[in-house]
Amino acid sequence: METLYVICVGVLTSCGVYLCLRGRTFSVVVGLTMLSYAVNLFLFSSGRLNLQDAAILGMSESYADPLPQALTLTAIVIGFAMIAFVVILSMRARADLGNDFVDGNEPPDMNKLIKPNRDKS
Amino acid sequence: MSLFWITAILLIGAIVPVITEKYGRRMNTLATMLAPAIALAYIISLLPAVLAGETIVEYLQWIPSAGLTLSMHLDGLALMFSMLILGIGLLIIMYARYYLSETEAIGRFFSYLILFMTAMLSIVLANNVLQLWMAWEVTSISSFLLISFWSSKSESRKGARMALTVTGAGGLALLAGLLIIANIVGSYELSTILASGDMIREHSLYSVALVLVLLGAFTKSAQFPFHFWLPHAMAAPTPVSAYLHSATMVKAGIFLLARMYPVLSGTEMWFLIVSLTGLTTLLIGAYVALFKHDLKGLLAYSTISHLGLIVLLLGLDTPLAAVAALFHIMNHAVFKASLFMAAGIIDHESGTRDMRKLGGLWRYMPYTATLAMVAAASMAGVPLFNGFLSKEMFLAETLHSSALGFLSWVIPVLATLAGIFAVAYSMRFIHDVFFNEEPKDLPKTPHEPPRYMKVPIEILVALCLLVGIFPEFIIGGLLRAAAASVLMVEVPYYSLAIWHGFNIPLLMSAIAIGGGLVVYAYRSHLYRFQAQFQEADEKRVFEGVIQQLVRIASKAHETLSNGSLQRYIAVLLLFAITVTAVPLVHLNTALTNAPDQPVSGIEIIAAIILCISAIATVMYHRKRMVSLITLSVVGLIVSVAFARFSAPDLALTQLAVEVVTVILLMLALYFLPQKTPVESAPSRVARDVGIAAAIGGLVATINYAFITQPIDTIADFFLANSKIGGGGTNAVNVILVDFRGLDTLGEILVLGIAGLGIFNLLAKVRLAMPTANENGLKWSEDSHPPILAMISQSLLPLALLVSFYIFLRGHNMPGGGFIAGLITSVALIQQYIAHGVDWVKPRIKVDYQTLIALGILIAALTGIGSWFFERPFMTTWFDYFDIPWIGQIELASALIFDLGVYLTVIGASLLILASLGKLTSSHRPMAEE
Repeated sequence: METLYVICVGVLTSCGVYLCLRGRTFSVVVGLTMLSYAVNLFLFSSGRLNLQDAAILGMSESYADPLPQALTLTAIVIGFAMIAFVVILSMRARADLGNDFVDGNEPPDMNKLIKPNRDKS
Repeated sequence: MSLFWITAILLIGAIVPVITEKYGRRMNTLATMLAPAIALAYIISLLPAVLAGETIVEYLQWIPSAGLTLSMHLDGLALMFSMLILGIGLLIIMYARYYLSETEAIGRFFSYLILFMTAMLSIVLANNVLQLWMAWEVTSISSFLLISFWSSKSESRKGARMALTVTGAGGLALLAGLLIIANIVGSYELSTILASGDMIREHSLYSVALVLVLLGAFTKSAQFPFHFWLPHAMAAPTPVSAYLHSATMVKAGIFLLARMYPVLSGTEMWFLIVSLTGLTTLLIGAYVALFKHDLKGLLAYSTISHLGLIVLLLGLDTPLAAVAALFHIMNHAVFKASLFMAAGIIDHESGTRDMRKLGGLWRYMPYTATLAMVAAASMAGVPLFNGFLSKEMFLAETLHSSALGFLSWVIPVLATLAGIFAVAYSMRFIHDVFFNEEPKDLPKTPHEPPRYMKVPIEILVALCLLVGIFPEFIIGGLLRAAAASVLMVEVPYYSLAIWHGFNIPLLMSAIAIGGGLVVYAYRSHLYRFQAQFQEADEKRVFEGVIQQLVRIASKAHETLSNGSLQRYIAVLLLFAITVTAVPLVHLNTALTNAPDQPVSGIEIIAAIILCISAIATVMYHRKRMVSLITLSVVGLIVSVAFARFSAPDLALTQLAVEVVTVILLMLALYFLPQKTPVESAPSRVARDVGIAAAIGGLVATINYAFITQPIDTIADFFLANSKIGGGGTNAVNVILVDFRGLDTLGEILVLGIAGLGIFNLLAKVRLAMPTANENGLKWSEDSHPPILAMISQSLLPLALLVSFYIFLRGHNMPGGGFIAGLITSVALIQQYIAHGVDWVKPRIKVDYQTLIALGILIAALTGIGSWFFERPFMTTWFDYFDIPWIGQIELASALIFDLGVYLTVIGASLLILASLGKLTSSHRPMAEE
């Protein structure tokens, strides 16, 4: 179980990081969202993977660790606020700059690096 | 009074000149002299105690918890320097009043001067190496201000910059050296450090510390090869040169050597570096001084030479040499300051400092000429003047040195050679200026300066004579006290007298004087010889080096910081990989990991779906809508995972947030390009895949490393106190609203700020509204299908009811303000989607900004409420009530806090989505482009 869990976290992290490294704002927003999933899972797992019972008193004898859950809960909400802000920022950037490049302008060496026949897709 | 008052009074005194400038020159000068005079009087009042061998130490607690204590001490060495600094400082102020012209900002000048004086005194009085270093740097900065006082002149600016660069760089080396020493000893306290000389000398880092401290001292005291800044600092007004560049600041390095003498000296390395540097500087300075046509240039090189002499003495490492060094510090300060002032008068009254133009001034200013001749004779080491005495001691000590083995005879020979040149340049200073031929086309007709401009020189020259004739009487006690604090052992017997009988030092002096006269007489041969060499222009070399540095720096800056955020992220991630990977390599793999829990088929399937949709999001990231859909699948699986791993609150939150996020992203996508073109080169893609894989691998490794460790948690406290202390059985919710309530308050504040920030970002946005998708397909005109409208409208009460229920039960069962708020938001957003902003707006007459403010206010007030019951901020109150028919219910103040959270969440999420949605409606704030 643990192995499976960390593989998933690793895959989510990799995908998130890759998308964050793209040159267009929307990809970065999607990447950040993905990365925040991974981070939330990562933080959450510090309370270990507990399959028995939720931290509701009186329901059973052993409880899941409530502290990472509480921290992750706030992390999810804050993550939402951050992603909302970034996506609106990217809209504003497009409106003000006329493009949706992360750097605010087209990379100068872009055309040199791409063969013309690949441009069509 | 305390020693700290000296600094305090002088610091206040640094403001006085600026304030009193408007009351005229005389008042201004007198007011400026007040603070140094008080300080000097106080120091003199301590004189008997210090001369009796006492060391006054005082402490002032600063940050005791960090072990930082300000402390000052006054021993013989500090006393000697304090008297030089304050005494000569007072004379310089008096002199500067006449030197600076009426139009110049003398208030500012005096301010800088007093600031420098404060810093210099703080160096000599410091009993803490950090304090000493701070003051050291302040002298560099205030000397920069003083040298560049005539900032309109290019040479002033360049000279000031050069001085600051060299001494500042040395200061950094000094800091490193002092820190090493403090680390070896385990204290910043100078008195402790001075008492642990053996410990430092035997430490393996001794040589490093020594070199660093010497770098600091040598740059400050203009020792070869760092001497070049001093002649260029002569662009300063002459009072500054007289004060900083002869009497005080350049002596700071020597002071440091003397201060650290008990700790650092006594080794082969100390002898070799210090004495050879001193000897080289002594010779070069004396030789070059002869060829300088500028009066101040000559004096600058002569100063370098004399500083070299003192350094050489300290390097000789015999007790008597140290005594001679201290003696010469005082003598040099006295005669060189008066010579600089005389040079200033000559410049002031004749308009030039060029010795090729000057000459025969004896007829115009005989009085000044006499004073200058006395001081110059002292500089040359002529008997009856103070310079002779210390030079005699110096020559005697060079004879006793045996550290160079069979080559030891070199030192006295070279010392005599330097003496010859010293006599020659002193001779030139007098003969070329006051005698020789008539002056040629001087800018002004020279005459005697104002009466009081000469007073400072008279006082100093009188000292030259008095010390020269009655050394023991005038200076004996002070010198002995200073020597005692430098040597820290019994001061050996020595006699301060003019006449020691016929001996070798006297012969060497005689050779120097005779040789000097001969050299001066035949100087034209020497000039011709010297003219064959190309004169090195230190300024050009220095500026070249600086420009080269700037070029390299800006090139590095351009490479690293090219404005591309994409690159920054990549660099940041690469750095993160490095710093995480390195410790992981060293992590012990033998740690006992618990075996994995068994996996069921459903979990495997969920994991596969998760990974596939995550990878699909990447694969299809150019088709943005598709990637958004796969992203939402990932989010859903994550919330399922939370549910599986016993975190119902998280699952609910994640689900609600997921809905809001995806709606938001879809709305935003409407205004952004629908597709991402291919633009990353294959190499870039490969690099990014590499970085991403490395980060993912590292995160997974770390995650695996800790989740398989035995748990050691503080959760038991929360579980035990959740019911009895917080009054709720849902520990997660109790943590949020009670145990960590302040965190939650901060968090909803952030949420509110994000909402308001977005509102503002969108308030003035100018975006074209697309009418068709990227394939040219027109968007449907029927934006609000009736079926959706009907269903969502009828679902609204139900959704609100559910959210209310979730809200109420939150304290005991999964739920609470966050989740309820998100559910309500989703229900309301549904109305926006189904009916459009125009329909919703008149029906929901709630201002979302007010809602955010209200929510935060409620939460904060609930927290403050506990103050009224004399409890700490955010203490929860709860009790149980019996209500007929309904039964026992619990009421808790945490519920009101949660209400604040609830309202803020609704306010923020609706503010974000509604202001975005408004862009598509007739409520658009701006006309379309």
